[in-house]
Amino acid sequence: MAVKAAIVGPGNIGTDLMYKILDRGEAIELERMIGIFPVEESEGLQAAVDNDVAVGTEGIDSVREHADEFDVVFEATSAHVHRENAPVYEDLGLFAIDMTPAAVGPYTVPVVNLDDVVGETDNVNMVTCGGQATIPLVYAVDRVADVEYAEMISHIASKSAGPGTRQNIDSFTQTTADGLETVGGAREGKAIITLNPAEPPIMMRNTIHTQVHEDTDVDAVRDSIGRMESEIQTYVPGYEVTMEPEVKTGDDVAFDLGDAIILTTMLEVEGEGQHLPPYAGNLDIMTSAALGTGERIAEQGLLDGTARGVAHD
Amino acid sequence: MTDRDVRLVDMTLRDGMHAVDHSFTPEEMADVAAALDEASMDVVEVSHGDGMGGSSINYGFSAAETGEYLDAVVPQLTDTKLSVLLLPGIGTVEELDLAVDRGADVCRIATHVTEADVSQEHFEYVTDRGLEATGLLMLSHMAAPETVLEQAKLMEEYGADAVYVMDSAGAMLPSDVRDRVGLLADELSIDVGFHAHDNLGLAIGNTLAGIEAGATTIDGCLRGLGAGSGNAQMEVLVGVLEKAGYEVTPDFFGVMDAAEDVLVPMVSDDEMPEIDNDSLLLGYAGVYSSFLRHTRRAGEKYGIDPREILLALGEMEVVGGQEDLITDVASRLASERDAAAESDD
Repeated sequence: MAVKAAIVGPGNIGTDLMYKILDRGEAIELERMIGIFPVEESEGLQAAVDNDVAVGTEGIDSVREHADEFDVVFEATSAHVHRENAPVYEDLGLFAIDMTPAAVGPYTVPVVNLDDVVGETDNVNMVTCGGQATIPLVYAVDRVADVEYAEMISHIASKSAGPGTRQNIDSFTQTTADGLETVGGAREGKAIITLNPAEPPIMMRNTIHTQVHEDTDVDAVRDSIGRMESEIQTYVPGYEVTMEPEVKTGDDVAFDLGDAIILTTMLEVEGEGQHLPPYAGNLDIMTSAALGTGERIAEQGLLDGTARGVAHD
Repeated sequence: MTDRDVRLVDMTLRDGMHAVDHSFTPEEMADVAAALDEASMDVVEVSHGDGMGGSSINYGFSAAETGEYLDAVVPQLTDTKLSVLLLPGIGTVEELDLAVDRGADVCRIATHVTEADVSQEHFEYVTDRGLEATGLLMLSHMAAPETVLEQAKLMEEYGADAVYVMDSAGAMLPSDVRDRVGLLADELSIDVGFHAHDNLGLAIGNTLAGIEAGATTIDGCLRGLGAGSGNAQMEVLVGVLEKAGYEVTPDFFGVMDAAEDVLVPMVSDDEMPEIDNDSLLLGYAGVYSSFLRHTRRAGEKYGIDPREILLALGEMEVVGGQEDLITDVASRLASERDAAAESDD
C-alpha cells in the first residue's frame, strides 16, 4: 500500500515535486499540497487543484489539521520555516524530508547513506542541489581509493538560481563542502558555485576534482563511478557523467602534488521539464532526490519503526 | 579630494598572483608591500588571485594561507591601506571575518556583471564591521551599459563605497569604457572605478578614457603583473596621470623602484606577462584573463592550440570561476581531432 505524503511550500520546488510524484510516484502518493496563501494567489496551489490534489492554505495549521491523512512531509519552504516546523512534525509523528538548507536532520544522499540515517531519525536533509549531484561520485571514488581532498564546482544558469540561493550563497558552499566530507568521505572538502547568464541557459553542470594517492587503480575508480551513475539514474533520469575521470599529475598543474594525483570528473543534470525548464537540473536533482528518498523509505517499510511508531507509542 | 584626484590601488599581490600561479610567499609579499608603502601607494590588495578562498585545485593552490599573507603584509604598511578580495561563490563571510581580524581596511567584493545580488550578505557583513567596501562588476564588457548601471545600483544599495567597471577580459575598446564608466559616474552617488587588462594593448589608454569619463579609483600592478597580458602598469599610470595633470599620491620614482628593484627579481621570464598570441586571444574572444595559464597547460596536455580552446570558451560565454571548463573543452577538441584523424584513415 502506498505511503501518503504532503508537500509543504507550493513554490517552484514544491510544484516540481508535485508533478514528479503524480508522474512517477510508486510507493509514495501525494495527499495534499500546503501553502500559506489563498489558492487564487498561489500558482502552486492552483496547479494542485487543477490536478485534483487536496490543498491547505494555513501553513503549519493545515498540517496539524490533516496530519492523520499522511505519514511523510516534504518541506519545500525555507530554512527558517523548516526550523519552526520540524518540532511540530516530530510531535505529529510525521517523517520529514527537508529540501531547505536548515539541516535539522542529517545530510542524506539517497544512493549513499539513506539506509544509515533512516531508523536513526525522522527528519532527513537533502544537503544542496550541488551536493546531491557530486557527493555520490566522491563517495564512488572514496569506496575504492582514499580521497584526501574533494572539490566540486557547480555551474548553474542564472535563471535557475532563485532569490533564496542568491541571498545566502555561502550556505550553498559551506553546506556542500560539509557534505563532501561527512557523506562523501573526503578528508577535506571544498565547494564552489558559479552563475552563468548565457542565453540559451546552460544546463546544470558540475566538476569534481578528487585528490588521491598516485597508486590508485584508476580503472577501478572508473568502474565505481559508472556503477554509481546507473544507480543515480534510477531516481534522477537526467543525470549523466559527461567526462570520465581524467588523470592529472604534478606535471599538469602549477602546484606541488606530492605523491598524489587528481581525478577530474564532470557531470550534467538535465531536468525532466515537467514544471521547470530542462536546464534547471539544479532544482530537478533536489526534487528527484527527495522523491527518491521518499520512495525508498516507503518501499522498505522503514516508516513503521520510526515516525508512526513514535506517534503511536 | 578634488575632482582631479585619482586613487590608485596596487594589485601586484592579488591579480599578480595569477601570473605567478599563486606562488608568492608571505616574505615576498612583505617585501613588495614595504616598497609600495615606501612609495606612498594609496591601497595594496593582497590575496589569492581569485580572492580569499580561491586556493583550490580549480584555480591553483597558493603557496600560503590568506592569514599568513595578511600577517606578513600588515606590519609593513604605515599610511597605505590594505585591501582584500572576495568572490561570493568561491569565498564566504568566514574569509571576510578572518581579513577583518587580521587588519584589512578595504574589502572588495566581486561578482559577474549580471549577478550582483549574490553579494548582499557580504556587503552587509563588511559595512557592519566598519570597513570600506568596494563592489567589482567583472567582465563588464559582456553587459550593456544600462545593465552595468542596474547591477552597480544594487551594490550601492547594499552599502558599497565605490563600484568598479572591471574589464576582466581586457576586451573593451575606449568607447566601451567611456559608455559604462560615464553612465555610472552620472547616475551613482558613490565613487566609480576602472580595472584594465592589457590583452588588446589598451590598458593605459582605456584607463585614461575611464578617468576622463569620471572614474576616480583605478587599479594597476607593478610592471603590469597580472592575469592574461597583465593589468595597467602602475609606474606608467603614475607618470601618465601626472603628465595629464591629475593629482596622485604615490611617488613616481618610488613606484618605479618597487617594480624594478623589488618585484622584477622575484618573477621569471615565463611568468612576466606580455601581449603574446594566447593572451591577445583573451581580449579578442572576451575570455576572463586568468584562464590564460590554465589554458596553456591544458593545450599542452591535450596537444591543442590554446587559441582554439580560448575561442571555443569565448563562444560558450564562460564567466569567471569556470576554469574547469577549460579541461572539458580541451578534451572535447582532442577527441574531435582524433575522430577526424580516424575517419581520414
